[in-house]
Amino acid sequence: MGVLVKEAIDVPPKGGFNFDLCRRNEMLLKKGVQAPSFRKTGTTIVGLVFQDGVILGADTRATEGPIVCDKNCEKIHYMAPNIYCCGAGTAADTEAVTDMVSSQLQLHRYATGRESRVVTALTLLKSHLFSYQGYVSAALVLGGVDVTGPHLHTIYPHGSTDTLPFATMGSGSLAAMAIFESKYREGLSREEGIRLVCEAICSGIFNDLGSGSNVDVCVITKGHKDYLRNHMLPNPRTYVSSKGYSFAKGQTEVLSTKIMPLREKVELGRDV
Amino acid sequence: MHSAVVAKEGSENFEIGSERTLYPYVTGTSVIGIKYKDGILMTADMGGSYGSTLRYKSVERLKPVGKHSLLGASGEISDFQEILRYLDELILYDNMWDDGNSLGPKEVHNYLNRVMYNRRNKFNPLWNSLVLGGVKNGQKYLGLVSMIGVHFEDNHVATGFGNHLARPILRDEWHEDMSFEEAVKLLEKCMLVLLYRDRSAINKLQIAKITEEGVTIFEPYSLKTFWKFSAFHNPTKGAEGSW
Repeated sequence: MGVLVKEAIDVPPKGGFNFDLCRRNEMLLKKGVQAPSFRKTGTTIVGLVFQDGVILGADTRATEGPIVCDKNCEKIHYMAPNIYCCGAGTAADTEAVTDMVSSQLQLHRYATGRESRVVTALTLLKSHLFSYQGYVSAALVLGGVDVTGPHLHTIYPHGSTDTLPFATMGSGSLAAMAIFESKYREGLSREEGIRLVCEAICSGIFNDLGSGSNVDVCVITKGHKDYLRNHMLPNPRTYVSSKGYSFAKGQTEVLSTKIMPLREKVELGRDV
Repeated sequence: MHSAVVAKEGSENFEIGSERTLYPYVTGTSVIGIKYKDGILMTADMGGSYGSTLRYKSVERLKPVGKHSLLGASGEISDFQEILRYLDELILYDNMWDDGNSLGPKEVHNYLNRVMYNRRNKFNPLWNSLVLGGVKNGQKYLGLVSMIGVHFEDNHVATGFGNHLARPILRDEWHEDMSFEEAVKLLEKCMLVLLYRDRSAINKLQIAKITEEGVTIFEPYSLKTFWKFSAFHNPTKGAEGSW
């Protein structure tokens, strides 16, 4: 008989990530091959509870390392008609995770015949993020109004959650939290709430380099929501020429003219 | 016979033990300084942390320098005490000239900048962020020197966590010629946010002011905090069993 070759049959692990390629990546890194950078949202996202419900806010800058790759992206994601979620961290992760839970919520709505609850979204998101041990880099601010009242939660990439009256996440979270901690009080009206959220996001936009461009706001109350895309545009293009650019003849001074006839175009016959 | 390692004389001594500051041990947290109508107002809390332990609770991190300046420091406390000794010597030598001239805040700031920068070039930094404020001949001056020698002058400065939490508030709400009461309220607003959100902050702060007349360092006091949000009473009201 021939030599018995021991086949290394790996039983695929159930669930979670497979880390086999990590050794390959380490080897490549040693050889000098750099991993491609990923698009982060480098963000300021906030949420607060006001007297009739929940207000969420976000900036609109997406960064790829030091470059702004999207000046006006959407960071407030739809989860259910009464629940929205702001996402900070790796853009792909926040999009994918919120999309996935949003569709799970819809199936659940069909199965139960009831409006989705915020805690349902919370539990689905946190158990998903926990099972990936923080590798799904999504930091979320989840807010909504359901039959049990208004709710606001923060969810960290490792799967822990907090239930808060006001919350901020992202690289601009300290700048926004400074505004909230000094100005938040309970029982804000809708206008006051929107104004405070805009102030906090603007604080992130102007004091944090990872956040910028415009302010998105989403107001959720019982039975109604207002998605105010680009509610504030505090970074307009200044110094735009109103006439546009036009170069009339005679604007450029002609110093000398020399006309050189090029060789005539030669038509080749059919027999070539 | 003992088998000790005999240290060779000469240059080998330097290799055996190099003495450079690698990390700070007893640290103070943020200092905030702002210009107001009559001069400069500075505030810092009185905590000296030993890693994650709150070891000292009465550390004065705001000290007068000469007749015209006030120095606040965050970072390694022992390095701050060393800097105070250097400045003592500096002011002493200046006084010995007895020429009617005295070092103003600009000069002290420049001196500190040179000291910090030269130390960092030797890879042995004084692990501090210094806030230098003062008034001389009616001119107000407020500047900052970091441990690597970065220095600048501004209407409002903050060190450490104050950069992230207090600077946004100061950028929004500071304006020229604030009265003393307004300025104190603004500083207290910033210190309250720092107290809530900086883990090494304590609720015992000192305010110091410097005007043309001189330095006044006020007695330490604490801020009132608010914890009675209804959401804090029962966070999981809407969802029993979650957290």
